[in-house]
Amino acid sequence: MSMHHILKMPRSRLMLGAAAVSLALTSAASAETLRWARVGDALTMDPHSQNEGPTHTLNHHIYETLVGRDVDGKLLPRLATEWGISEEDDSVWVFKIREGVTFHDGTAMTAEDVVFSLDRARTPPSGMAALHAAVEEVTAVDDTTVHVRMSGPAPLYVQNLTNTFIMSKAWAEANGVETAPNFAAGEEAYSVRNTNGTGPYKLVERDPEVRTVLEVFEGHWGDAPEVTEIIYTPISEAATRVAALLSGEVDVVQDVPVQDIARLEQTDGIKVVRGPENRNIFFSYDMTSEKLASSDAADNPFAKPEVREAMAMVIDREAIRQVVMRGESQPSAAPLPPFVNGWTEEMHAFPSPDVERAAELVAEAGYPDGFSVTLNCPNDRYLNDEAICQALVGMLSRINIKANLVAQTRSLHFPLIENWETDFYMLGWGVPTFDSQYIFDFLVHSRGGAYGAFNGSRYANPELDAKIESLATMTDLEARNAVIAEIWDQVMEDRVFLNVHNQVLAYAMRDDINLDVHPENQPRMTTVTFD
Amino acid sequence: MIAFIIRRLLQSILVMLTVALVAFALFRFVGDPIASMVGQETTLAERAELRDALGLNDPFVVQFFTFVSRALVGDFGISYRLQQPVMELILSRLPATLELALVSGILAFVLGVGFGVYTALRRGGWLSSSIMTVSLIGVSLPTFLIGVLLIWVFAVELQWLPSFGRGDVVDLGGWWRTGLLTESGRASLVLPAITLGLYQMTLIMRLVRAEMLEVLRTDYIKFARARGLTNRAVNFGHALKNTLVPVITITGLQLGSIIAFAIITETVFQWPGVGALFINSVRFVDVPVMAAYLMLIALVFVVINLIVDLLYYVVDPRLRMDRTTAGH
Repeated sequence: MSMHHILKMPRSRLMLGAAAVSLALTSAASAETLRWARVGDALTMDPHSQNEGPTHTLNHHIYETLVGRDVDGKLLPRLATEWGISEEDDSVWVFKIREGVTFHDGTAMTAEDVVFSLDRARTPPSGMAALHAAVEEVTAVDDTTVHVRMSGPAPLYVQNLTNTFIMSKAWAEANGVETAPNFAAGEEAYSVRNTNGTGPYKLVERDPEVRTVLEVFEGHWGDAPEVTEIIYTPISEAATRVAALLSGEVDVVQDVPVQDIARLEQTDGIKVVRGPENRNIFFSYDMTSEKLASSDAADNPFAKPEVREAMAMVIDREAIRQVVMRGESQPSAAPLPPFVNGWTEEMHAFPSPDVERAAELVAEAGYPDGFSVTLNCPNDRYLNDEAICQALVGMLSRINIKANLVAQTRSLHFPLIENWETDFYMLGWGVPTFDSQYIFDFLVHSRGGAYGAFNGSRYANPELDAKIESLATMTDLEARNAVIAEIWDQVMEDRVFLNVHNQVLAYAMRDDINLDVHPENQPRMTTVTFD
Repeated sequence: MIAFIIRRLLQSILVMLTVALVAFALFRFVGDPIASMVGQETTLAERAELRDALGLNDPFVVQFFTFVSRALVGDFGISYRLQQPVMELILSRLPATLELALVSGILAFVLGVGFGVYTALRRGGWLSSSIMTVSLIGVSLPTFLIGVLLIWVFAVELQWLPSFGRGDVVDLGGWWRTGLLTESGRASLVLPAITLGLYQMTLIMRLVRAEMLEVLRTDYIKFARARGLTNRAVNFGHALKNTLVPVITITGLQLGSIIAFAIITETVFQWPGVGALFINSVRFVDVPVMAAYLMLIALVFVVINLIVDLLYYVVDPRLRMDRTTAGH
């Protein structure tokens, strides 16, 4: 703008301009906006409706849980300051509730709100109900103490609470959302786009799949975070997501494509942080049926221990890491992530592949000419899932196992496991409770009732089933860990799983931002600091 | 005229019903919505219960009948994924798609006709040849690639334009949010509109050029020149006007395609329209949204075809003549 124009400008506008400049300068020091992008949006703002990663991640900024999960996997006090099993009755959990906590609408949070929230979370159609299946009754003993009575001793129940949010009873009643929204009801619930939590940020704008704006909540009980405003944008296309970071339109990007990590690291002004994810990727197979539906073998080759051993011998995890994952994975033979209780160095170790011996084993098992089988894989669920399967197909062909790959979308893949319609499949598993029991309950225990929903191997060992069931109520943690070790010994010996690796998470960001990778892929923007 | 419109409307209803039937038949192959709707802890019994409650176990005919009878009163149910009423969801996304489609349609038409006329008149000129060559890129490169290329050049390298989203929007009357009235909204529109319109522009340009070359050879153009009319009057008044009937048909039909195939452009640019909504719904097996979207697209094609037919009347006097002087 030339001098001439400025002189012609009315005086009041000049003043206003100057005021705006000084305002911008002062607010730059105290206010930090963080623009955050990831592949998909939260499905809903309702705190209990969906048990789904991105939904929890966003809600953790608005709502709070009794206990939190730190980046190292340990529990942190949040709305509960202390917790433990009652000394009088080992099936009762006691929670001390934090005092001086207020909701975003200014009302105080009480033990009654905690009782209401836990009841809401465990009542269908809440998506969180399965995590609270063992709860019999929740009561407020006084203003700051809540008792949760379980159907029996439940030493690990507190681990199930890291994604169960506390909401205001009065607010829920006033807005007709006393229960979680019901899909079948056909109406939108108030809590889907409106919130009232106790979290460090409050919801200012919610345009699903477009933009969600959070603003710091001044009345929060904790330390004030450096980030005062969060603008959250889902960008589904990987190339666009990376471009938005490079062009400076967003500050932090989650779900960085593996193939872009190296290039981003070499870009000035951008950094990439990595960390192990709580998710391991493995293959499993029908090891019980008489005959496989998709195989040319007369019987079930996977029922033969030699065949399972041969497959474990021929899989080249290092090659998968280097070629398929471009170095971004943690190869392991242990079918559980390293920070989960029950993991050992022994289970993790694997020898280098021995193709010759593996081929001999297949021949010894009675398949001198090998056999064919269909391998089912998802192609949009895990990092490079289809490519990992292709690599395995190549490796198995060296020992005459002709795997025919069928890679399809997740909504077609997972029902195959659920309905026992696959002989050989890929699955990835996260362990939100950070304890092996969770794996045993869903993947190892024979199918029935609440057990074995993802046990696609049809593995059924009554002795093991009894041990798994006993874990739920053992309060002596040392004895319990011994039983976990026994179960793993048997599972590893029977080779129920052919584990590939643990996934590694990568977040890319502007290089003056400090943010740690969260093992459950739930980054907390409250922890962000700026250089 | 009225009889014609009524006849077309009846045909349209039949088309819509057929689309609904085909769409429903296809949904059975997209997968199981329950898998995406519940957490991994949900027991098999609870999954079966939810499937029952949503009517997914009902026979095909029952599901289809329920859908059609509800759709007739504008009730498309609630999204499995976003838990919002489907109608509201689609109506809130529609303005973004329509604005994008309209702008890229206008862009394609204006530039397509302009370049088409130019290349027909200046055949063999170096500019014409280069326009023809560059336009080849428009038809041969996939939309996805063009979008990504434009993002890398104009958003990442030059940093002139935004790489994603729709910018700031202004609410008009509570039911239409427009990005055309803000600077960031207009800037956000440029790259997606070019990406979406490039193919159509090339198509229109080649069509206009071919038609023009055809018409310029006809006798009446020679007579017009012989009468000493100006070049302008000959080229635009006589030649161009007579090429427009096929061009209008194609443009009209292409407008439908632009809306329908905005899916890819919207996904690349994270444009918050109905196309991106549809893609996300397919990934989640959100049957209510997929069904409503396909019905909407069918409706768009039906309406556009109707308008195109009516436009023939306006542009081509022979059609009107045939009706009024039938039997001679």
